[in-house]
Amino acid sequence: MNFEKIYEYTEFLLAGTKVTLSYTGYSMLFGFTLGVLLAFLKIQKYKPLQWLAFMYTSIFRGTPLLLQLSLIYFATPQLLDYDITAFQAGIIAFSLNSAAYISETIRGGINAVDKGQAEAALSLGVPYRSMMMQIILPQAFKNTLPALVNESINLLKDTSLLSVIGAMDLMRRAQVVGAKEYIYFEPLLFIGVVYYVLVMALTLLSNILERRLRRSDQH
Amino acid sequence: MISIDNLSKHFGKQQVLFDITTEIGTGEVVAVIGPSGSGKSTFLRCMNLLEMPSSGTIMIDGQNITDKKTNITKVRQNIGMVFQHFHLFPHMTVLKNMIYAPMKVKKVSKKTAVKQAMELLERVGLKDKAESYPSQLSGGQKQRVAIARCLAMEPDIMLFDEPTSALDPEMVKEVLEVMKGLSHTGITMVVVTHEMGFAKEVADRICFMDGGYLLEEAPPAQFFSSPQTERAKQFLDKIL
Ligand SMILES: Nc1ncnc2c1ncn2[C@@H]1O[C@H](COP(=O)(O)OP(=O)(O)OP(=O)(O)O)[C@@H](O)[C@H]1O
Ligand SMILES: [Mg+2]
Repeated sequence: MNFEKIYEYTEFLLAGTKVTLSYTGYSMLFGFTLGVLLAFLKIQKYKPLQWLAFMYTSIFRGTPLLLQLSLIYFATPQLLDYDITAFQAGIIAFSLNSAAYISETIRGGINAVDKGQAEAALSLGVPYRSMMMQIILPQAFKNTLPALVNESINLLKDTSLLSVIGAMDLMRRAQVVGAKEYIYFEPLLFIGVVYYVLVMALTLLSNILERRLRRSDQH
Repeated sequence: MISIDNLSKHFGKQQVLFDITTEIGTGEVVAVIGPSGSGKSTFLRCMNLLEMPSSGTIMIDGQNITDKKTNITKVRQNIGMVFQHFHLFPHMTVLKNMIYAPMKVKKVSKKTAVKQAMELLERVGLKDKAESYPSQLSGGQKQRVAIARCLAMEPDIMLFDEPTSALDPEMVKEVLEVMKGLSHTGITMVVVTHEMGFAKEVADRICFMDGGYLLEEAPPAQFFSSPQTERAKQFLDKIL
């Protein structure tokens, strides 16, 4: 092993952390928003919209993420005559994809809230919308928080697929260094450690959050 | 006044309420009793439209609440409901539980809502629990908060669905005491209960249900001493 050779690339490689995290962050944000919307569509009573939301989930879960990413990146210029950047394509693909998973998580979380909560709110004359936003959703989010953090961890790891469309994330940078110096093991191991540290940090964050939420609830 | 006329309810193909007709006067306290599965909860839940009647009408003070054009949310503001399992909002303190609906629905100012909530909590003996979360309360305390939470909306009608059935025996009394206190305030109360002592002492009238039918209605003294129907006799024999 020869880490000396990649020493001068440390900064270059570490700069990929910011790229990877910003893809993860934006995609999580948009994916979550869209996921909540989809979850609402699934639990409301109007069948066509319900069906649409379930179809959406089914398609995004039923095809490879790499395919979705490639389609958005390579097919957009051809179909829409718009020169989409790797950044845009990445965010769009990851957001759309994670929304499918998140919507299922949130839907499960909403359904897991005791029916009596809705009945109590409705019987007090609270309108449906407020009931959802202030009574049901806070409890649903709390139930699903661990799953949501899990989703963001998966997303973080999946962003390594971005290297295929040329975004300069951690993975891509390791490949660049490898190609320049003809060593592959060291840069890959290096970013492997970075990924692992990031995932551990997220896990820690979720544990702290969970503990705090539980405390606000019970003590 | 609540006027119920030919109320029927189906769940799918199964009919669980059959042509129920009765009137409940303003300020009256009615105890609904009957065997398990006889439709008591469904009957009660039709009155605030948690269940939609399949046919028949329910009029409250002259307003037909089963009419499609009726604003259900508005109707419910005037009808409190107490559940067997309390259903306090677990992510809110007792005080927040109490002021949420008045502020959200009736647009009462926070100051007014808090003041009123504290008065109600004092009335049910739980003033010191205002800042507690529901999970820190005993069953009896939860149910008293649930009752107070309803009262904060200043309803004319209160529905109780077996409010003491989920409580340990030693906590039943504290809840029944609160309900007894309520019965003298002119509020209309419909109480589904297995507490025959309470029904006897507090109710103005007993409604006996069986198999989805309202079989018998009578003042408690009369009902318990000389039930008219065979089913009521059997029921009383079993539980008394
Ligand atoms: N949401 C529902 N869907 C289908 N059937 C229902 C539903 N709710 C109640 N039922 C049925 O309606 C009938 C009456 O139920 P209900 O809960 O009103 O009885 P109850 O008198 O309150 O009984 P208990 O004393 O056990 O609470 C029962 O046969 C029950 O299985
Ligand atoms: Mg019942």
